[in-house]
Amino acid sequence: MLYPITPTHYLVLGAALLAIGTIGVLARRNIVIILMAIELILNAVNINLIAFSHHLGQVHGQVFAIFVITVAVAEAAVGLGILIALFRNRETVQADEINLLKW
Amino acid sequence: MWVDAFFFYLFAAVTLTGAVLTITRRNAVHSAMSLILSLIGVAGLFLLQRAEFLFAVQIVLYVGGIMVLFLFVIMLVNLDQAARMRQFSGQWWLALACVLAILAEMVYVLNRGSRAFQLAAPATAPEGGNVEQVADVLFKQYLVPFELASILLLAAIVGSVIMARKRV
Repeated sequence: MLYPITPTHYLVLGAALLAIGTIGVLARRNIVIILMAIELILNAVNINLIAFSHHLGQVHGQVFAIFVITVAVAEAAVGLGILIALFRNRETVQADEINLLKW
Repeated sequence: MWVDAFFFYLFAAVTLTGAVLTITRRNAVHSAMSLILSLIGVAGLFLLQRAEFLFAVQIVLYVGGIMVLFLFVIMLVNLDQAARMRQFSGQWWLALACVLAILAEMVYVLNRGSRAFQLAAPATAPEGGNVEQVADVLFKQYLVPFELASILLLAAIVGSVIMARKRV
C-alpha cells in the first residue's frame, strides 16, 4: 500500500493540502495568512492536475496548471492591493474587525 | 523504484510540514517562510513527475515572485499589534471538525476507487522534451485561453495599481 507510488498517493496528498488550506482560510483572523492559505489550496489543485497528467502520459494537465498559476498570481496581486487600501482606511488586518457590511 | 518512493515521501513531508506551520505561526513573516518551504516541496513533486517546466515556473514565479510580494506587503502593513492579538477566530473548532470530516470522506472514497485509476497501461512518453510538449499543446490547442490569461494579467496589474494608490 505504501510502496509503489500510484496516483492515489498524490491525490491523498492533494486532499490533505486542501484541508490544511481550508482550515487556514476559515479559522485564521489575519488577512495576510488567509491569502497564503488560498495559495496552499491552489497548490493542492496543481498537484492533482500534474498527477493525472503524468499518469495519462499527456501534458494537458500541465497546461491547466499554468493557467491555475496565472490566476493565483492575479489573485495575490489584487488581494494584496486591496489589503493595503484596507489597512490605510481601517488600520486593521483582522478579518472579523472589518464588519461594516454586517448588521 | 524505491528512490521514487523515498523522494515522494520526503517532498510530501516537506510540503505538509510547511503548510501546517504556515497556518499556525503567530508571526506573519514566519508564516511566509514556511509557505516558501511548502512551495519548494510542491516543486520537488513536480520534478518527480517529469514536469520540468512547471518545476521552474513554481520556483521562479511562486518562490521568487509571489512570496516576495507577500513579504513586501507584510513589511508595509504593521503587523506587530496583530501578532499580539488572538490568532484564531471564534469558530475555529467548527471549521476544524467540518474540514476533518470532509478529508476523511475524500481519503475513504479515493481508497475505494483507487482501482479505477488503472485506466490504461502507463502511456509511453511522447517525443521531445517537456518544454517542447507543453509549448506544442499550449500554443496549438489552448491559444485562446492563453490570450485570455494575458488579458486577465493586464486587468490584475491595473486593478492592483489602482487599489494601492494613495487616493482611492
